[in-house]
Amino acid sequence: MFNFLRKWFSRKTPEAEVETRPLSPEEIRVSHQMAPLPRREIGQLVAACSQSIGRQRELNEDSLLAFTSTIAGNKSNSAFGLYIVADGMGGHQFGEVASNLAVRVVASTILRKLFTSFLDVNPKAPDQSLREIIEQAFAEAQRVIQREAPGSGTTLTVAVVIEQQVTVGHVGDSRAYLLHPGGHHEVMTRDHSLVKRLEELGHITPEEAASYPNRNVLYRAVGQGDSVDADIYTFSLAPTDYLMLCSDGLWGVVPDEKIARIVRESATLEQACQRLVDAANEAGGPDNISVILVRWVG
Amino acid sequence: MVTQSVTPPSFGDERASQRLAPGFLLANRYLIQEVIGSGGMGSVYRARDMHFPNVPRLVAVKEMINTSPDPLVRQTIVQNFEREANILATLNHPSIPKIYDYFSFENRSYLILEYIHGKDLEAIINETPGFLPEEQVLHWAIQLCDVLAYLHNHKPDPIIFRDMKPSNIMINLSGDVVLVDFGIARTFQVGQKGTMIGTEGYSPPEQYRGEATPLADIYALGATLHHALTRRDPRLEPPFSFSERPIRKINPSVSPELEAVINTALEYEPSKRYQSAEAMKEALLNVARKTGALSRLPTAATISSSAIKPLWTFKCEDEIRASPILYQGKVFIGSYDYNLYALDAINGSFVWKYPTEGGVVTRPAVYENEIFFGSEDGNLYVLNVRTGKLLWTYSTNGPVRSSPRIAEELVVFGSDDHRLYVLSIPHSRALWTFSAADAIRSTPLIAQERIYVGCESGDFYCLDLRGELKWRQQARRAITASPILVGQALYFPSLDGILYAMEARTGWMLWRFRMAKGSITTPANAENLIFVGSADGHLYAVDIRTGREAWRFRTEHQVSGSPTVYKDAVYFGSADGMFYCLDARNGRLRWQFQTGGPITSAPLIYDDIVYIGSADHILYALLA
Repeated sequence: MFNFLRKWFSRKTPEAEVETRPLSPEEIRVSHQMAPLPRREIGQLVAACSQSIGRQRELNEDSLLAFTSTIAGNKSNSAFGLYIVADGMGGHQFGEVASNLAVRVVASTILRKLFTSFLDVNPKAPDQSLREIIEQAFAEAQRVIQREAPGSGTTLTVAVVIEQQVTVGHVGDSRAYLLHPGGHHEVMTRDHSLVKRLEELGHITPEEAASYPNRNVLYRAVGQGDSVDADIYTFSLAPTDYLMLCSDGLWGVVPDEKIARIVRESATLEQACQRLVDAANEAGGPDNISVILVRWVG
Repeated sequence: MVTQSVTPPSFGDERASQRLAPGFLLANRYLIQEVIGSGGMGSVYRARDMHFPNVPRLVAVKEMINTSPDPLVRQTIVQNFEREANILATLNHPSIPKIYDYFSFENRSYLILEYIHGKDLEAIINETPGFLPEEQVLHWAIQLCDVLAYLHNHKPDPIIFRDMKPSNIMINLSGDVVLVDFGIARTFQVGQKGTMIGTEGYSPPEQYRGEATPLADIYALGATLHHALTRRDPRLEPPFSFSERPIRKINPSVSPELEAVINTALEYEPSKRYQSAEAMKEALLNVARKTGALSRLPTAATISSSAIKPLWTFKCEDEIRASPILYQGKVFIGSYDYNLYALDAINGSFVWKYPTEGGVVTRPAVYENEIFFGSEDGNLYVLNVRTGKLLWTYSTNGPVRSSPRIAEELVVFGSDDHRLYVLSIPHSRALWTFSAADAIRSTPLIAQERIYVGCESGDFYCLDLRGELKWRQQARRAITASPILVGQALYFPSLDGILYAMEARTGWMLWRFRMAKGSITTPANAENLIFVGSADGHLYAVDIRTGREAWRFRTEHQVSGSPTVYKDAVYFGSADGMFYCLDARNGRLRWQFQTGGPITSAPLIYDDIVYIGSADHILYALLA
């Protein structure tokens, strides 16, 4: 579009060209924007993910899972997705074991309870609510981690997407974001970190929080404490939105505005994920980086 | 600002400090009734505004008598008084009195303010035997944070109240707080040092050094709450000695959580306190959620229901269980006296009625000058909306208690004969029917090319517009209520006492919210809240994202009437006969209106007018 405008104006008189207002950065960005995915007959989820150990750690303690499915046919069309990011706790033994166990246990619990209902010959919604199933999955992960890797812990952010409805279960300081068109974004989870708590209580300002020394101290993690109390939220995913799950290796290093810009300016979800990981590494890559991006198209 | 001449006081200069006598007519307008307070500079009176001869409108008259011989001091005093007037004139908040007028005469200046019916908190503390209940203090504390946040966020400059203390807090007849005495409030310029002013005992250390910031008000609020919970007057104690008088040591019934919040507000170092009134309010709300205090709020004496006069009423010959609709200036309402009535919306006068053979409990629907409604005689009636003349009927084999819904030339309704009917309006005949497991009394919802409807069997059906079943869910008991769609999710309660949230395309349950008893009310939505009534007597507000309770409001009987949201309020009736208007965000009662019988139907609200029917046979039109 930019080139087109230039061509158009070059044929005009010089005076007219003088009057032409240069395009603002926002307008230029529009031309680079990720092309809207083509409209499809059936609604479905598309997702991509990426992960990196970073530049300063010797061990990858992050785990992720991305599961996207569509069932289409005469009876009905259904989209189902399960996306998980877990960040094993540094300084603990077996952080990578904890995050891996959490992802596997939660995924198997949720898929067994939910996805098999999809595959049933007479599809019927499960008689438990998603909230209850996610609570059970977290409790199961807590139990298994305490048995298999005692003393360790992990963050756990789980998004179950059914059609356009997202339900997130969350413990720790990995995050779920909704990136809206036009550049604004919402953090859909609440960090269970000491620094966020101090900020919520008004003890420190967001600016102070950004440079707070013990930024990675969590007050809630799966595997720690007697029981795990997951935050569970449900919200809908508009066709123009991106759902992003990531560990603090991304959001703690790359500013939110830059994250939103990279996603908007990438041609595909895969490219966006790779560029996000690259951006975190270019900023020093102090921690493991995990990211999942999801869109609903239909 | 209007300046008026004052009728000269009937006494000389040497007696200028004398009070105005009851019966004195100030400025030819304000009839002094009695002294309600006095300070160093003058008195506060209750007076009647004689510009409203037919209603006893009361005002507070705040007087300032300037007796200083020094002209510079006199000028400063007058400026301070004017500043209070100017600050008040820019404010608009339910917890701040309105200013009506301001004028000076010779050495006296007067502020005419909204009169607050009620009592100040200091008097309440002193007159209450024992300690005030925690939930009561918490309720006021949250409101005080609200009003402080309003003042501190004032543009262009924040306003610092500077004198928060129990005697400056009025509790009105609704049990809500009103801040009085803005005499030393001032706008705050960052970096500016002020003079020490305030009340010893309540003021923070830095205020003694001449600093007055929003954090000083937070401290003084902490001191006020400490006083209210412990009955220990800080003016009688050494300054900043709150930590030596831990709240729970004096009053063990206070929760540790609330004590911790107050201790934070009372931190000696301003940087350790809550950094804003909003942050403190959030902390108090967390206490309330944790201790469940908000749901146990004592029902304060409220605006007496007799104070609200209906704009008009219309009396039917039997109970009104149906909800009205408004169309082209007319209100249409069904009654158990078998009639559908058309009334003039302006004055409630009768326009026409149509008699059926059974009770009319359905809310009508209008489509292109035709009005549709069901009757317990088993028929769906279609009338000319202007004349009330019958156009056609459709018969079912059971009472029709499900209200018709119209979309795309289809009218959809259920019947006690277990069927859902889908009629083509142009052809006046059924396109298809759907057999349910039991009677359908739920009003169908048509959205996104789907029909959603509940059933007395506890089944909930999702059909496409051709009648094919897309999915089915089951509650443990009947679903009489109708679903609402917000975003991609459906919300409806069942008689099993659960409010369900379901993904609309698949019927997968997102969360369930348990109430103590069943519900037949159709939910309403505002922002992030879903409102639903229950037979347990409560109206619940549930967070749409988490499925957790945000607040609840207790009535004296079952809440069977569906709530309606209008602007920032939620309106509903209860079987206790009362019609309620609550603040949608926090469940605070705004007003209530007593009818002569149980209310089981939903209100209609349009153009700031509420139309609500009651079992006392009457349809009321009230100002929202």
